[in-house]
Amino acid sequence: MDENGATKAAVQAICREHGNDRTRMLDILRDVQRRFGFVSDEAMDEVAEVTGCARIDVESVVSFYAFLSDRPQGRIVIRLCNDVVDELKGMPEVAAAFRRELGIAIGETTSDGFFTLAETPCIGMCDQAPAVLVNDVVVTDLDPDRVRRIVHRLRYNPDPSALVTEVGDGNNGHPLVRAMVRNNVRRAGEVIFSDRMAEAGLQQALRLTPERVIEQVKQSKLCGRGGAGFPTGRKWEFTRAAQGGPKYIICNADEGEPGTFKDRVLLTERPDLLFEGMTIAAYAIGASEGILYLRGEYAYLRRFLEHVLEERRRAGLLGQSILGVDGFDFDIRIQLGAGSYVCGEETALISSCEGQRGDPKNRPPFPAEKGFLGRPTCVNNVETLCKAARILEEGPDWFRQWGTESSAGTKLLSISGDCLRPGIYEVPFGVKLSDVLKLCGARDAGAVLVGGPSGRLVAPADFDERICFEELPTGGAIVVFDSSRDLLRIVSRYLAFFIDESCGHCTPCRVGNVLLKERIDRLRRGQGERSDLEYLERLARTIQATSRCGLGQTSPRLVECTLRDFRSLYEACLGRPDLELRPSFDIRAALRESEALVGRDSVYNWNEQSELPCRTTPSRL
Amino acid sequence: MQNDTVTFVIDQKEVRARRGQTILEAAEQAGVYIPRLCHLKGLTPHGSCRVCTVRVNGRYQAACTYPVADDLVVENDTEELRTLRRDLLEMLLVEGNHFCMFCEKSGHCELQALAYRHSIAAPKYPHLWPRREVDASHPDVLLDRNRCVLCGRCVRVSRDVDGKNVFGFVGRGPHRHLGVNSRRGLGGSDLSADDQAVTVCPVGCLLRKRTAFQVPVGQRRFDRQPIGAEVGAGAGSPQPSESPMQ
Repeated sequence: MDENGATKAAVQAICREHGNDRTRMLDILRDVQRRFGFVSDEAMDEVAEVTGCARIDVESVVSFYAFLSDRPQGRIVIRLCNDVVDELKGMPEVAAAFRRELGIAIGETTSDGFFTLAETPCIGMCDQAPAVLVNDVVVTDLDPDRVRRIVHRLRYNPDPSALVTEVGDGNNGHPLVRAMVRNNVRRAGEVIFSDRMAEAGLQQALRLTPERVIEQVKQSKLCGRGGAGFPTGRKWEFTRAAQGGPKYIICNADEGEPGTFKDRVLLTERPDLLFEGMTIAAYAIGASEGILYLRGEYAYLRRFLEHVLEERRRAGLLGQSILGVDGFDFDIRIQLGAGSYVCGEETALISSCEGQRGDPKNRPPFPAEKGFLGRPTCVNNVETLCKAARILEEGPDWFRQWGTESSAGTKLLSISGDCLRPGIYEVPFGVKLSDVLKLCGARDAGAVLVGGPSGRLVAPADFDERICFEELPTGGAIVVFDSSRDLLRIVSRYLAFFIDESCGHCTPCRVGNVLLKERIDRLRRGQGERSDLEYLERLARTIQATSRCGLGQTSPRLVECTLRDFRSLYEACLGRPDLELRPSFDIRAALRESEALVGRDSVYNWNEQSELPCRTTPSRL
Repeated sequence: MQNDTVTFVIDQKEVRARRGQTILEAAEQAGVYIPRLCHLKGLTPHGSCRVCTVRVNGRYQAACTYPVADDLVVENDTEELRTLRRDLLEMLLVEGNHFCMFCEKSGHCELQALAYRHSIAAPKYPHLWPRREVDASHPDVLLDRNRCVLCGRCVRVSRDVDGKNVFGFVGRGPHRHLGVNSRRGLGGSDLSADDQAVTVCPVGCLLRKRTAFQVPVGQRRFDRQPIGAEVGAGAGSPQPSESPMQ
């Protein structure tokens, strides 16, 4: 009873800190989770009561985000990044070491309630994989030896930040960051990484009318850098033209596309450039409020970013009458995510900012018309906003000196996988993939994933294609696989990722991806039939055509492009035609149940060496 | 005045509609049936089943959420779209545990009726046989999640019509399921047997107890006429008395 009362009081205090505002539900629940290690039934009731919504609405949010839990978690939650790249770099051994040291399986909590072991998709550290999150602390470049030392140290000192004995380069060493993360900037291009006069873009913008600012961005032909590539100037224009207000500018720093980590580096090394870009966007569209939606995996950057914002307020770069311009009032807050890939989709991101599940919204209406809280909203990627600031500073022509006809400027690539120099590369659009592979030291590439799992797996025959919206579009993720890698296994792993990260709202994405994976896995077991290839093609087409948002519309792409460009891999999986049985018929599985019922093995014999019944099997079943 | 009406084309037929209507509403008014499952007249569109997928100026859109506009060319009754809809219906059939021959909703079930309309005898996809919870804790209503298609009708009706908020979605991806606004299941919620939320369920997921088989098989809703037949028949007239909003 007493304990219950204490819980109630603590939850009430947390709600009060967030103004008992139901649109701040995500912040409230994150704090409850941190305070109690989970969101209990009692806490859910109390949050519902205080914020004035139904309990089911709270439960709905808790159950959506991977970093929120309705069951008690350990004091220390270790999340192993289960991305494909981490697996290539030795995560299976690292995971085994954690399981051994802690004596628990993935998903379990030690009996003393101290440690929980969990898996999580790409945490944006592919260039220093395998990596894990220990609460909010990033631990990179792991091997089984280090795992042993880490667990030992955590038992001795339960503060995960003590694991950071050596900080990374640049701002990773800032007192408010103190992360072992390395930037790995391998090629610093002129748009993002050159020396510049601080705030020159903003100063220039404020000399122009908002319409002229938009005109400049349109002339630069800047397109969204998150992957979809929508023209930025037009987005700004639509939002400016939209009726009603207040208007919002949201920066999408939820980079969750597996293999992408460029925004991590921008947030660490160029936060002022980003906030400058947001401020310019706010001026252009007429927004008075900005939100930086920071993915939960990058929580280690939060205090640092808050500090940068505070400095900007002090310098008159945020707040009332920015840089002395009367009537230009604008400020930015940080919204932390809680572990969800689909929240990178702009309407899902808006749902999440509103304190709801990260379900995407129906479109139209588009965010420019009805976005955050039903008001005109512009959502831009981190890199896009950084580039917008540079365009205002140097002019659209300067920006257009790089790139191709339809893809102006430069692009930040996050390169990882089987290459010597994983990291960040700023390259002009139009660069050949083969040149990129030379740059990063990929010597035996058998396939390259361009644009992450929602992009395309490129075969060696196409390595001369160029990185640009016309040929090989990408939000920045480039993952190299050498010729020894099992590509169908990789396709299956990425499908598992989409299945986990689907919001589950629409039928094709929720069910279709499960069906795709089922059939790919059956093929991989050697039980494929020729008709399965057509089955996969049609299923992929249906999912792509009928899904509601970008997640489902792109999730079948790897299946599609591998069926086209790596067809021999599929052909090799087709069952042997000389068998008596259809390859897809798994006789072992079919017999297992009846064997269990009768309590003895069936008379059917098979050769234990082969995956399938051997042809000498007598046909007396 | 002119601003309030738009003219668009669906299946080669020119249709006049009120601005602000969705393609599905406008088509229906003009006597063109677009198959749908999650949609229910009078409710905020959900856009989840995707059965109403049409092509709008060549692009795939859900007819239940897409607003009409001048010069839209909508394809609806084409072989390609019927194929896509068949795929979606089959996905729903293998996703849950649907046993039409034993289900008391058989003949009243919109999923079953749509499957028949699309000539689905047996789905081509493998059954996923999920484990789903049945909630029989309410004295008058049974919640059998095995048959839930996540259409969200009960969620919307309970919130917007009954004013109760009894239902919501919990979990994500394939684990998304219907949740109840109570720690003790449906019996602990303030759902009552005559809530509209119970009647709008298109499948056999929410059932009023002790009412099964009151209408004999053979005389049930879709025994009389196939789903969608009412739309072409009385073009321009409002839908039969199905909507809770009337």
